[in-house]
Amino acid sequence: MKKLLYTLTALLAISNYAHSQEVVYPAKDQKGFMYITNGTIHVGNGTVMENATIKINNGKIVEVGTNITVPTDGVQVFNAKGKQIYPGLILSSSDVGLKEISNGVRASNDYAEIGDYNSDVRSITAYNTDSRVINVLKSNGILLASVNPEGGVITGTSSVVQLDAWNWEDAAYKMDAGIHLNMPSFVVRFGRRGGFGAPGAAPSDPTKIALDKVEEIKNFFREAKAYNQENTHSNTNLKLAATKGLFEKKQKLFIHADQVKQMLVAIDFVKEFGFEVVIVGGSESFQIADLLKSANIAVILSEEHALPATEDDDIDQPYKTPAALQKAGVLFSLNDNSDNTRYRNVSYNAGTAATYGLTKEEALSAITLNAAKILGVDDKTGSLEVGKDANIIITAGDILDMKSSTVEHAFIQGRKVSLENKQTQLYERYKYKYGIK
Amino acid sequence: MRKIKIFFFGLLFASMLQAQETFPVNGVADKRDGSYAFINATIVTDAQTTISKATLVIKDGKIVAIGTSGVNIPKDAVVIDCKNKFIYPSFVDIYSDYGISQPQRAAGGFNFSAPVQINTNAKGAYGWNQAVHPEVDAVKQFSIDASKAKGLRELGFGSVLTHVKDGIARGTGTFVTLGETKENLVILKDKASAHYSFNKGTSTQSYPSSAMGSIALLRQTYLDANWYKTKPAKEGLNLSLQSWNDNQTLPQIFEAEDKWNEIRADRIGDEFSVQYIIKGGGNEYQRIKEIAATKATFIVGVNYPQAMDVEDPNDARAVSLSDMKHWELAPTNLAALDKANIPFCITSADLKDSKSFLANLRKAIEFGLSETKALEALTKTPASLLGLYDKVGSLETGKLANFIISSGPIFAEKTNILQNWVAGEKFAVKEDQWSDIKGNYTLSIKTENGPIKYTLDVKNASTANVIGKDTLTGKFSYDGKQVKLSFSTTATKKPNEITAGTTPAPQGTPGGFRRGAPSANYRLSGMSNGLSWSGTGEDTVGNKITWTATFDSAFNAPTDSVKKKPSFNQRLAKVTYPFDGYGWEEAPKQETILIKNATIWTNEKEGVLENADLLLKDGKIAKVGKNLSETGARTIDGTGKHVTAGIIDEHSHIAASSINEGGQSVTSEVRIGDNMNPEDINIYRQLSGGVTSSHILHGSANTIGGQTQLMKLRWGADDEGLKFKGSDPFIKFALGENVKRTTATQGNNRFPDTRMGVAEVLNDAFARAKDYEKAMKLDPKTRRDLELDALVEILNKKRFITCHSYVQSEITAAMRVGDKYGFTFNTFTHILEGYKVADKMKAHGSNASTFSDWYYYKVEVTDAIAYNAAIMHQVGLNVCINSDDAEMARRLNQEAGKIVRYGGVSEIEALKMVTLNPAVALHVADKVGSIKAGKDADIVIWSNNPLSIYAKSEKTIVDGIVYWDREKDLEQRKKIQAERYRLTQKMIGEKKSGGPVRPAEPSWQEILSCGDHGHKDGIYTVDVQEVENLKQ
Repeated sequence: MKKLLYTLTALLAISNYAHSQEVVYPAKDQKGFMYITNGTIHVGNGTVMENATIKINNGKIVEVGTNITVPTDGVQVFNAKGKQIYPGLILSSSDVGLKEISNGVRASNDYAEIGDYNSDVRSITAYNTDSRVINVLKSNGILLASVNPEGGVITGTSSVVQLDAWNWEDAAYKMDAGIHLNMPSFVVRFGRRGGFGAPGAAPSDPTKIALDKVEEIKNFFREAKAYNQENTHSNTNLKLAATKGLFEKKQKLFIHADQVKQMLVAIDFVKEFGFEVVIVGGSESFQIADLLKSANIAVILSEEHALPATEDDDIDQPYKTPAALQKAGVLFSLNDNSDNTRYRNVSYNAGTAATYGLTKEEALSAITLNAAKILGVDDKTGSLEVGKDANIIITAGDILDMKSSTVEHAFIQGRKVSLENKQTQLYERYKYKYGIK
Repeated sequence: MRKIKIFFFGLLFASMLQAQETFPVNGVADKRDGSYAFINATIVTDAQTTISKATLVIKDGKIVAIGTSGVNIPKDAVVIDCKNKFIYPSFVDIYSDYGISQPQRAAGGFNFSAPVQINTNAKGAYGWNQAVHPEVDAVKQFSIDASKAKGLRELGFGSVLTHVKDGIARGTGTFVTLGETKENLVILKDKASAHYSFNKGTSTQSYPSSAMGSIALLRQTYLDANWYKTKPAKEGLNLSLQSWNDNQTLPQIFEAEDKWNEIRADRIGDEFSVQYIIKGGGNEYQRIKEIAATKATFIVGVNYPQAMDVEDPNDARAVSLSDMKHWELAPTNLAALDKANIPFCITSADLKDSKSFLANLRKAIEFGLSETKALEALTKTPASLLGLYDKVGSLETGKLANFIISSGPIFAEKTNILQNWVAGEKFAVKEDQWSDIKGNYTLSIKTENGPIKYTLDVKNASTANVIGKDTLTGKFSYDGKQVKLSFSTTATKKPNEITAGTTPAPQGTPGGFRRGAPSANYRLSGMSNGLSWSGTGEDTVGNKITWTATFDSAFNAPTDSVKKKPSFNQRLAKVTYPFDGYGWEEAPKQETILIKNATIWTNEKEGVLENADLLLKDGKIAKVGKNLSETGARTIDGTGKHVTAGIIDEHSHIAASSINEGGQSVTSEVRIGDNMNPEDINIYRQLSGGVTSSHILHGSANTIGGQTQLMKLRWGADDEGLKFKGSDPFIKFALGENVKRTTATQGNNRFPDTRMGVAEVLNDAFARAKDYEKAMKLDPKTRRDLELDALVEILNKKRFITCHSYVQSEITAAMRVGDKYGFTFNTFTHILEGYKVADKMKAHGSNASTFSDWYYYKVEVTDAIAYNAAIMHQVGLNVCINSDDAEMARRLNQEAGKIVRYGGVSEIEALKMVTLNPAVALHVADKVGSIKAGKDADIVIWSNNPLSIYAKSEKTIVDGIVYWDREKDLEQRKKIQAERYRLTQKMIGEKKSGGPVRPAEPSWQEILSCGDHGHKDGIYTVDVQEVENLKQ
């Protein structure tokens, strides 16, 4: 076989072919050995290796280091000199492939089912590998995502998908990895600003109302536990049966909660049912970081680029919340739930966290290895370590900082995936129109 | 039949004094003169004058004499001894809806998802807007409401101005006494006032749906009414405008209810030479200087927010410092008005529990309001405002006999109002307190075995002890005439306790004795004849008895039971500007600042200067260069720092009270500048991101939205002080999905429903504007139309458009309308398909203001690309990157950084997209946008390359004033924490001491948006649209 040495410029030139989105093909399986050489490797676990090489075989990382011998022929080699090499980024919680155009196009939305207890509803069955969001995400280095339903109290099960696939069965990276629960709110909205004006009638005790709902949810799980202890049933109950994995610790319970009280109640689900619990949202998690740590609850911080929750909060509170969790030793990941940019900016969320107290490598872990751990896929991905899938991105510079973060290559399971998308295609089209080079 | 007789008796009694000539009498005429003389009283004739041992003589409902010596007591007068009593003119409330039925609230307002109501639902020859009904006369709806009258009299009021509290122009109010004779007789003035507000009330018409819409509607109505005076044939009869004009001679009362609204109302008045009397909301103290500048007389209440239950720190967290401070400071409001010499009246209208009126008023006095001013505000000031001081408001010969008799000085804590006389007719309030019954009485019960004697120790009208061998349990009541007493002959264990049970009597339990006392009771009932009482009863076994009680000795108040007044050297919250946690106690000052040895991004031909100095002086950039020095300057070491011009956000929706007037498709008459909100915390937050100027745009609810406002982020300034002075005026237009109301889930019924229609809305508007301009020139009597005025300004290049737009078809169509009518679309904002028609935009002369990387949040942005800015830049357009989002505005430098990534624009050019380029687009590049001597000192000092995510603004300077200083911010956080702690403890103390508390109410942060795209609301954030829906 002849030596296939791609230079980076040559690769960029390839993307200049004018394809439509429909012929941006999912990449074929990676076969044999492949090397990414001479780059700065950010392993994802805090380690950085300068001038290092990754050896890949059949889609798996087989060696990472600075003294790896690269054969001179018969292998694919990507020279990443002067480039940064990172694990593929992971969206910890999303509606990718379920919500196409949220506003005004109901038909394109499959993310919220009717009903309160939808534990049997599976996001993977509606996941659309051809969503136009997906190729944009890849071009921003996001290679995996957890996809979860959003409707009701128990919204259904989430699955982790890799973002370069023909169909959802190909895409599934870990199916039904978690069950999602919207914790009832302890804050009830009423009236206008206090003090003056005419506030509406306040509910007598929002806390009690919320706790009653929590009790109802707990009852659901108590019955589910009992149900799943028996194998034969005269009345099959899909909702109860669907939670079996939680009790067997094959699934995690993702509790969507932002308020302190919601999160305190979430601790109950660990104590009473022994569930592995992950908080999604976590706006006020900085206030109870030590409690979350001692209950072994992980946190997915939904949106770093958020306004402070209250007028009096430190104006940079959401920016520095990750540092508070890091300090307390809480396992956390950073997510991007912006509907306006469709989650493409998760790396900049991490960048802001790095500006406000995390080290850059800690910030990177928050969008790679930590996310993989939380989603239960760290045996396969999340870091550039031997034995894991070769889910890798190569960038021009610091991925956390906008101006240098151009993703030049991305590999999923060693497969070199196209970074082309509708945006790059339209860019080419209009460069052509205006004669821009 | 008996019941009916009683009913008639009552009726006759009530109308005895002032029978109406024209009404028939069923029976024998019973005209009386109502002649009374009140002697030995302390009479406070007005706030300045008190006469002791004075006499007041009234007859036929009027005062006929008042004074000390020389007052002749007519022989036919009933003489009432008022020894130890005080007589005051009864109070006047001019903000009442007494006797008017509450208008029913209907759903209304503009809602993004609901159909609109373009025209009024009111039937008849009235005006076009359902919320403007000056033709409503309260006098025609008024009817006596005995129970409400009683409630008001108990507070000391004798007459009120009442009106229909509904709508923007509410019609006239009528002035009535609180008598109960007949409507014909209690109405003192049929049309006494005209009333206005910003609140459309029960109107179901979509317009206006915003504060600025209400303002525009009022302004237009003034113009229309003036024009209507010329009797324009085309208008026909317009009863609303006719009434509006008729009402102008009356006192004009405006319900504004919040300090900024009060200032806004006053500005409308100034424009049309009307001085409103302004109904305030109680937070005037927060901006007392601006309030004083209105020169208005205010009507304010004494309703204070209740303490909140903040024991749970999680609940407490949601309550803002400003709300807690307002709780503490609300009782200082009247004192602040007093101190600032702002004339005011006091109303009881806002009180949920009217019984708290006097207590709250006393609290205001405790907090510094002078008693004289308080009394004036309840008497002379309101009466004079209505021109009715010749009838009410003081005690003078010839005036109405409207007065109250109290047991002491009216503002003293233990004083009770005993009687309230309305037009010479007596109404009892707390007559049981008239005579002091405290003391020891000899109770003698006549039984078959002879009299049994007890000592009756009367503490007050509801508490007494019966003392024989022991102190006995029982119940006592005295209502001024009737005495009731029941007691058991069995002694209790604690004879000296007034509340004789083993547990204290629950609150509200009448009598000092415990309820449900042992069964064998004496039950006595009788009447008081001064200091001796007598009556009948039953003994413990049911035998009939008679009894008497005679006064023996006066009650000696134990000296230690006098309640001490709380000391008033307690610490109170400071009024900060703005009234937020992050507000200033003292505003920062303009400084001479020398920044040394920094990397300076000039945005000028000098490019980026390394190791350079920058001198700011007198609010301007004085010098840029090397080795600068300036004596007396504050020197800032810029080593390792980057200095740029302040960020300018071309598209923002912060700092306004309303953003969208969606009631119609063309609303060019509304102005964001009419409703600036200087207290938006996002001003401060955005300063921390280096923003120094923001262009506050109307939303995208309609094709031709409102006039925009360019502002500088002068945190702490008032609404006028925020405005960027001397800048060209702009207006917001919008195209596409939002204006055709794609997301109206209940269907759209407002034209346009397609982009074809949008183009026609534009064509039609400018065709009308052209015709209007012509007509104005030909005939100056042409009706002035604020909507068309703004469009004519566009035609004459005196006003410029920033146009929300996305797809190429609509962009091109808009430009062609501009070409047709000879104007340019100055800026296309959002413009996510601008890259498709960049060449056309350039030819047309437009600027572009876009998002860096937003896409795919609705159908019209499916072709949005992150390379848009780069392409437009390369085609030669002036490109800006805007926020349209209160959070992202804090990171606009990073958004510019993305343009380096997407399309390879140079760092220098990318930075210009958030600084100089928006300055150019907004026509203020001569003042801001680059670092050049002579421009405004609007500067940011960054910790890092400004396009980097690692850059933080260390200082943000506007006009040479450091409004943001990262180090000072850290200090401020500590202050906020300390002050929150103090107030939380105080509220908890309030709860512990048994004071009334309400559940902690989160201080919602209202986030306004253009309605274009989703915003993630935080836990304590509400979308204003959501609030509007909640209110319905």
